[in-house]
Amino acid sequence: MDKVYPSPEAAIEDIPDGAVIAFGSFFTAGKPTALTRALAKKGIRNLTVVAQQVGTGNEEMLELVVNGQIKKAICNYPFPRSASKGAQHPFEQAVRSGKIELEIYPIGTFVEKLRCAGAGIPAFYTAAGVGTVVAEGKEVRVFNGIEYLLELARPVDFAFVHAWKGDHEGNLVYRFTAQNYNNAMAMAGKVTIAEVETLVETGELDPNFIHTPGIFVKRVVETGKPEFSQSLV
Amino acid sequence: MSKIMKVTVPEMPPLEREMIALRIANMLEDGSYVNLGIGIPTLVSNWIEGRDIILQSEIGMLKCGPLAEEGEHDQDLINASCQFVRDMPGTSYFNVETSFAMIRGGRMDVAVLGALQVSARGDLAGWNNPARGLGKTGNIGGSMDLAVGAKKLIVAMEHVTPAGHPKILEACTYPLTAKGCVDVIVTNYALIEVTPKGLLLKEAIPGVSAEDVQKMTAAPLIIAEDFHEMEL
Repeated sequence: MDKVYPSPEAAIEDIPDGAVIAFGSFFTAGKPTALTRALAKKGIRNLTVVAQQVGTGNEEMLELVVNGQIKKAICNYPFPRSASKGAQHPFEQAVRSGKIELEIYPIGTFVEKLRCAGAGIPAFYTAAGVGTVVAEGKEVRVFNGIEYLLELARPVDFAFVHAWKGDHEGNLVYRFTAQNYNNAMAMAGKVTIAEVETLVETGELDPNFIHTPGIFVKRVVETGKPEFSQSLV
Repeated sequence: MSKIMKVTVPEMPPLEREMIALRIANMLEDGSYVNLGIGIPTLVSNWIEGRDIILQSEIGMLKCGPLAEEGEHDQDLINASCQFVRDMPGTSYFNVETSFAMIRGGRMDVAVLGALQVSARGDLAGWNNPARGLGKTGNIGGSMDLAVGAKKLIVAMEHVTPAGHPKILEACTYPLTAKGCVDVIVTNYALIEVTPKGLLLKEAIPGVSAEDVQKMTAAPLIIAEDFHEMEL
């Protein structure tokens, strides 16, 4: 099996307008930089993006905002921390003006929605968000005397993930805290595209230490180590 | 905006943020797993060096080390506040779904979070300041998960807002993080426990009386039998 594509452009060529795409990364760590840049260049629109944040610590996603490619965002920490930086931020401005629709979740719910989508679980109950705006319109059920919210799985059409090393069959290894959302997103993607800093021959990765098994990954592209990102949060 | 009355603060200078963090560090027991939120809570890490306390970072790191020095920054090694950190002997890395299984699964002994408001029943409002004008959206991050999942929740905050409004109220007026989740509030003037009977004032900083603290607090305080000066 060989899932390797020659370039980020080739790996994303069939993504249509209106696609739902998940992007790995927790601020600057583990960003699928090359794939996101290729998506900005491709120019497709009406995208729904699933990501911790849009453009905070991630200037590549900001380009999608500035280009007007995003219709909806599903996030858990969407805005810059400081109100003054936020007021200047293109994503926050687009949400305030109604150009981008925004859906928010607590991190644990956000990531569980992805994990469940990958695991064939349509919905789950969680205590996080009970009694808050997150609970509006959602079923509440009591288990053992505690209230829980019903949350739905969130499958995605495409998932962009960034790994340290990957092989031709899509087995992935992440580095330090760049692991973050990449595994859950790889599981949730109907088509998961992994950009890897280093592509190795199948059999070179230690099978005891593979983070995401290749069955969750459809395409692999070698992109090298991204340049150091200085973007502030 | 809130219509809450401004309050009178005592003449005594309040604690610095670092000292609020020190008071909280002194409450932590050796052998505990602890998650520190953004702001004053992060400063607690400065006071636990050498202690047997393991810090968890939501991004997916246990036994999170101190901030990394300039020159040893690694793009792939940051904490949940996007600061460059170091590893330690015994550090482990994992994905966010595992990180939040620890938090939601009740493995976190203590979470220390900042707050915009805390109610007399221990409700916490910390993720959305209506003054920012973002309506029902904002940065939730891991705050709701920590508030419901941690065994003990300590709030670290200033007692009143910079504009002089109380932050401890009968009921929160800002969007909630979680209901009835706060166990202890440590401010720059006092230490207050949330009990089934109400807010129990346990300590105040030197030179500040229980009456002074009540004047800054928009919910009734019960004065603890052993009410005493805060020691640092």
